[in-house]
Amino acid sequence: MASPSAPVEGVAPARGRGPARDVAGLGVGRAFGFVAPAFLLIGAFLIFPALWTIYIGITNYRLTGVEAVSPSVVGLSNYTKALNDALFHNALWLTLVFVLGSAIIGQNILGFTLAWIMRRTRPAVRRTVEAFVLLAWILPSTVVAYLWVAFYDRDGGTLNSLLGTQGTAWLIDYPMACLVVFNTWRGTAFSMMLYSSALQAVPPSQLESARMFGASGWQTLRDVVFPHIRGHVLTNTLLISLWTANDFSPFLLTKGGPNHESETVPVYIYNVALQGGELGYSSAISFLLLIANLLVSLVYLRLLRRRS
Amino acid sequence: MAGIDIEGLATVYPNGVRAVDGLDLHVADGEFFALLGPSGCGKTTLLRTIAGLEPATEGTVRIDAADVTRTEPGKRGVAMVFQDYALFPHMNVSENITYPLKVRRVAMATRTATAERTAGELSLQGLLERKPAQLSGGQQQRVALARAIASQGKVLLLDEPLSNLDARLRLEARTFLKKLQRDLGITTVFVTHDQAEALALADRIAVMESGKLRQLGSPREVFARPANTFVANFIGSTPMNLLPGTVAAATGEVGAVSVAGGSLPATTVSVPADAEVTVGIRPEYLTVASGDVTGPALRGVVVVAENLGTQSLVTVDCDGTLVGVTVPEETEPSPGTAVVLTAPASRVLLYDRDSGELLARQPTPVAS
Repeated sequence: MASPSAPVEGVAPARGRGPARDVAGLGVGRAFGFVAPAFLLIGAFLIFPALWTIYIGITNYRLTGVEAVSPSVVGLSNYTKALNDALFHNALWLTLVFVLGSAIIGQNILGFTLAWIMRRTRPAVRRTVEAFVLLAWILPSTVVAYLWVAFYDRDGGTLNSLLGTQGTAWLIDYPMACLVVFNTWRGTAFSMMLYSSALQAVPPSQLESARMFGASGWQTLRDVVFPHIRGHVLTNTLLISLWTANDFSPFLLTKGGPNHESETVPVYIYNVALQGGELGYSSAISFLLLIANLLVSLVYLRLLRRRS
Repeated sequence: MAGIDIEGLATVYPNGVRAVDGLDLHVADGEFFALLGPSGCGKTTLLRTIAGLEPATEGTVRIDAADVTRTEPGKRGVAMVFQDYALFPHMNVSENITYPLKVRRVAMATRTATAERTAGELSLQGLLERKPAQLSGGQQQRVALARAIASQGKVLLLDEPLSNLDARLRLEARTFLKKLQRDLGITTVFVTHDQAEALALADRIAVMESGKLRQLGSPREVFARPANTFVANFIGSTPMNLLPGTVAAATGEVGAVSVAGGSLPATTVSVPADAEVTVGIRPEYLTVASGDVTGPALRGVVVVAENLGTQSLVTVDCDGTLVGVTVPEETEPSPGTAVVLTAPASRVLLYDRDSGELLARQPTPVAS
């Protein structure tokens, strides 16, 4: 090791064009060496599959049969097929309902309400509630799905026992409502935590000021709290919308059924690819979902920027 | 317009701290009233209890003769300006000022008129469209005041109104605030830890310590006759000399106390001779005598002189005790000079050595 004061080997003096390329004094080659493992992992597990999906999306690749061995490029026909596929339209609509109901309305409002109430409660109560809400978030999907299947079960399910409605098959009669409730329960923790910290940023003197003027709870929320946490609301809504749109756990409860009634896009992709075996077509739909997510993100970012 | 009556008021925090501890106080209609004390003395808690932001544990608060102890803050007819002004950053000046009216669903036209009129009164014309972040500290304070005035409370509460301003602006704002209060004639209570601010602004001052009232009086009374050594120590920009002394035998009305190797005249009528006391004398009331002195006086040697602008604080070593005395500028004796200090008997205060309380209201002193 060179002493701290000695010039480090391999550092070229900045030549006055742009920022120095080698600030740490490692040498560009060695620096790339350090970054390479991460690049390799990202490349192998994220970038390559993504590009591969796009490629498969323009072929007629299948899970079985002749096309599994020698798929051929079919151009955009998978995409034109999607545009006319009633089941895909159905999946898009159900995803929209799922995102609106469980994320934008359910998790957002329940999370904010919990955060707003917990703000004033005793620390012991707050920590207990937070622990329970977080538990719903950190449990593995399979465990949670099993719990909810048991909860909704037709014979001896908890919900039926509670309501005295023995024999109601919730997951079959009201599959989307069940999924919305389930996902609201599952994902509220994140919104609650985010809003809890956002509410800390509202100056107490402004809340008290509003109180001194006799502002009602709703007026205080609208005029004081909301303008302060607008950015947090947008960020939170973006994140939970994307997570919910891509969520696969509905499959664990209903498998998309009955008769496609709860088949959101990720579930539809799975069913097309692995039940129907149409890998090419499912890849095309995956790409469409990616595009939709990108568009939603762009809209949110636009809104965020307009704020500042 | 309304007075405030506080009886046996106590505010106890959940952790058991009695921030306000059995307080009785009357603020007259239209009075400019200061709550003064070191940090943690409960003055802000008292203000917040009057506002209704802290629930009173015991006692009653009356505003305009109506008991408001359990009334919601918004229904007490009280306006408050917070230390950080609490302006809403996303609203412009006009919206901020008229927010209290918006809450009450007052018509837009009335709101606009109120904003313009109030802004005029507080010299905020031309700033109505700005956001608080685009205003200077002094302007922000005036917006907060305008908003409080627009809410048409019977009582105005100010929490450390000048502490967020820089030193020069503070003097300007002080004058402005005093004039504004005079013009509006609104009963105003403000909290401050700065004794100079309280002396300059208030009609009356309540000095607090550990949730209790230590003295209540006009700035003149509190400055010239502190009721106890705590107040004596706290009030005044140069600290009061508090020296151990013994009462000498009285001859007529004016007696003397032996202190710091010398003596000072004092009205000792009700204090027995030989009583051990604490002698309080402000540096401003001590004078460096010229020529011979026949009466009671302190003799000592100048240790150091500190320039305070128009006057200097001279520290004199009197038989091992350090005594502060202020002298006009350019008359400060140089260190090492022997000096003689005298004071009028009316300015020499005697405090009980143990309790620190001012000893028996001495009769009006004879002119010296």
